Amino acid sequence: MKQNRIGHWIAIILGSLYFVVPLIGTFEFSLRKLRGVYSFEAYRVVLGDPAFQASFLYSVGLACLTIIIGLLLIVPTAYWVQLRLKRLQPFVEFVTLLPLVVPAIVLVFGYLRLYNSSSWLPLTATARGTDILLTFGYVTLALPYMYRSVETGLKSIDVRTLTEAAESLGAGPATILVRIILPNIRSAILSGAFLTFAIVIGEFTFASLLNRPAFGPYLQLIGANRAYEPAALTIMSFAITWACMGIIQVVSRNRAAMRK
Amino acid sequence: MAAQAQAASKPVQGGIPWAWVGVTPFLLFAILFLILPTLFLVVGAFQDPDGNLTLANIGDLFTPSILSAYWISIKVSLASGLTGAIFGAFMAYAAIGGGLPNWIKPTLMTFSGVASNFAGVPLAFAFLATLGRQGLVTLFLMNVFGLNIYAQGFNILTFWGLTITYLYFQIPLMVLIFTPAIEGLRKEWREAATILGASNWQYWRHVAGPVLMPSFLGAALLLFANSFGAIATAYALTGSSLNIVTILLYAQIRGDVLHNQNLGYAIALGMIVITGLSNLAYIWLRIRSERWLK
Amino acid sequence: MSFIDIRNLKKSFGTNTVVHDFSLSIEKGEFVSFLGPSGCGKTTILRMIAGFELASSGSITIGGKDVTYLPPAKRNVGMVFQAYALFPNLTVAENIGFGLKIAGASQSDINTRVSEMLDMIKLPHLKDRYPYQMSGGQQQRVALARAIAVRPQVLLLDEPLSALDAKIRVSLREEIRALQRQLGITTVFVTHDQEEALSISDRIVVMYEGRANQVGAPFEIYNNPKTRFVASFVGTLNIFEAKITDRARGAVSIDGQTVVTSRDLGDLGNGDTATVALRPEAVRLGTPVEGRNSLAGTIGEVAFLGAVIRIEVKLGESVVSLDIFNDPGLHLPKIGDQATVVFKPEDVLVIDPT
Ligand SMILES: Nc1ncnc2c1ncn2[C@@H]1O[C@H](COP(=O)(O)OP(=O)(O)OP(=O)(O)O)[C@@H](O)[C@H]1O
Ligand SMILES: [Mg+2]
Repeated sequence: MKQNRIGHWIAIILGSLYFVVPLIGTFEFSLRKLRGVYSFEAYRVVLGDPAFQASFLYSVGLACLTIIIGLLLIVPTAYWVQLRLKRLQPFVEFVTLLPLVVPAIVLVFGYLRLYNSSSWLPLTATARGTDILLTFGYVTLALPYMYRSVETGLKSIDVRTLTEAAESLGAGPATILVRIILPNIRSAILSGAFLTFAIVIGEFTFASLLNRPAFGPYLQLIGANRAYEPAALTIMSFAITWACMGIIQVVSRNRAAMRK
Repeated sequence: MAAQAQAASKPVQGGIPWAWVGVTPFLLFAILFLILPTLFLVVGAFQDPDGNLTLANIGDLFTPSILSAYWISIKVSLASGLTGAIFGAFMAYAAIGGGLPNWIKPTLMTFSGVASNFAGVPLAFAFLATLGRQGLVTLFLMNVFGLNIYAQGFNILTFWGLTITYLYFQIPLMVLIFTPAIEGLRKEWREAATILGASNWQYWRHVAGPVLMPSFLGAALLLFANSFGAIATAYALTGSSLNIVTILLYAQIRGDVLHNQNLGYAIALGMIVITGLSNLAYIWLRIRSERWLK
Repeated sequence: MSFIDIRNLKKSFGTNTVVHDFSLSIEKGEFVSFLGPSGCGKTTILRMIAGFELASSGSITIGGKDVTYLPPAKRNVGMVFQAYALFPNLTVAENIGFGLKIAGASQSDINTRVSEMLDMIKLPHLKDRYPYQMSGGQQQRVALARAIAVRPQVLLLDEPLSALDAKIRVSLREEIRALQRQLGITTVFVTHDQEEALSISDRIVVMYEGRANQVGAPFEIYNNPKTRFVASFVGTLNIFEAKITDRARGAVSIDGQTVVTSRDLGDLGNGDTATVALRPEAVRLGTPVEGRNSLAGTIGEVAFLGAVIRIEVKLGESVVSLDIFNDPGLHLPKIGDQATVVFKPEDVLVIDPT
């Protein structure tokens, strides 16, 4: 028993080292920009870079758009499937998992062929059109996570009873969805939203191949041309991911607490 | 949204299945942005530039340079998938197998949630700053132990470098996927085995091992597919010096380096087949293990 | 010396002592039940006998051998768990043969013993099924066979029936008892269902907060509960606080009416308060009878329970419940009617107030 426990400790400690050391290494590296002293110079340079500001804001905007469109698409669908089309559930679930099967790079390859400037729907012909395509692409990428999140939320409440109760009080479907269902799965939705944010914010493949000035390609560009700034950007990215996951934790813990 | 829900709630009339109208936007979206683009490539893989049916593209996949790209990708994915699965399983078991303080498990889960999503370009930077020529660990080993890992043949820009880097999201992913399986191991199984005379090893050999095996293999397959389709980390880390299939496809999309669009489609098809098969196997294994663990 | 000897067993988890000074002797071939409410320590004692928990102090001897600190595998006991705990990856036959296989028995020996066991639990046709393909009752029979297959000297069962539905529960408990008799295996059975314990045990240990409250044959426990706890937990006793008015005659006063008991009042004297109990089936409605107790009251409640009808009669502050057999020709009293309850002096039990 005692010996066992030592093995457990070793596994956890080695694992933690593997995960913490690169972060420390990166952080230390990011402070080395000025010769001989530790400084936040790299951060200052990055934050002051107009290209950084532009690409970061662009990606934040894109992430928000992705979340909104994704939710508009997924919440009613998941609700409807749960309520009226139970037999369709395996099929819908299968479709939502497809983006995990088809690699992103393959998907964007298909987009480029299907929606190029000489096709029936020339989305890539204009910057605005490409933005739309990119957003839809991100919705696709986020589909597995968002759907799962929303579905879990819906399964934890009794959708049918809630709906029937509301219907018997004379509420219409839109009212039911917005006033009854949404508030009840709020934390599930928030979880899905922040996960999506974490995925979209630094995404590289789609943005790079669709040639849009997003944060991911910017990171790559800086990485190829600078020494210390990439490390600073990495720490910032990690902080963003961490914040997203932290919020998800808090949100779902609140839900668990509410249920008790 | 409202209109759609309105329409769908009407009773069935005139033979139009109104219930189906509710999922139309979703289906339309899936067809336009998921199924059609994939189908386009799949079909294109079997056509020549003039649109005639041919198997030549599939045949051309078996040229050495393309084959080697697939092979390196498979090796990296196998190495990071299996290693990740093994270490992840150990960590998950260590955290919940008992004996450690209670706060370890939630901490590990939260951290795994973060790390499994911390992929892409920044991850490459983190490992460059750690294990690159001027990285913290590289310098540390050199200054403290006099060990120059680069002189020993290590390079972060190679197969092993990439594998070690991928493990950063593979291990946490494994922890997340595998924890429920370990939690599904019931305490009574061990007790029943013990009281029937089984040693710890015999319990693992005859009960816990076989019970966890489908989940373990399934998760390993998922990790495999996960790294097989990844590109951003590899690209930011190695540029195009490491010839893995995603980077080859990336170059092909940017500049038709193969001088044959349809061969590009065939490469994409090959990737779908590989990730598709591993996902199918994963699903099959998961159904098996859920049957036991319900 | 008895077959199993438990002496002054104590168990604490941290500062929380859940078993206090527990002693019990069990004869070879005896079927003993631990009966008590949730959390009273039944499982903990069972697990100490099995070796899954180590005693904080005290000793356990099985067959003359001190096993207090022996690991479970060395004790030669079999155990059946509440939630079946069959190995999900093994078939019924493999589950039953598991212990023999571990012990290194030859495949043919294993096969013979497994078929023997399958016949015994009457499931030979399910030998190649997996646990998830069977009902709860079937799984629990397999679990029983698995525990018995290695010929343990003691069989421990921790609420083996509580996950099953009522009908199966009754039939399986009879099966367990029949098997136990046939094999003559010493058995400890944990339950919180008093009817279950009463129906299958040689002896019952009624437990309360980590202590044995009373140990005895079912008949004894049911008819002569020693403490207030046993009285209320086993069956549905009427319990009264009664003031002793004439100790020599055994006369006590319940809500101002006099009741005579032929039971021993112990060292209580006139003016003291005794706790007395009455079984519902010992009380009758009717007219006063010479030599019996009769109390006047009003009908408070009439509840139809199937075979019996339970009637509550109010005697001022206190209430007497009584059971009468259902009979179509019966003339049932109405709520609010005047009534007289009649019972014999020897049915007025005197119990410990705890
Ligand atoms: N491992 C443990 N650590 C701390 N406390 C424990 C542990 N196991 C049991 N207890 C406590 O010991 C007490 C007795 O538990 P036990 O399981 O023996 O009760 P029980 O009589 O079997 O009840 P039930 O009918 O609910 O199964 C309970 O209060 C329980 O909380
Ligand atoms: Mg118990």
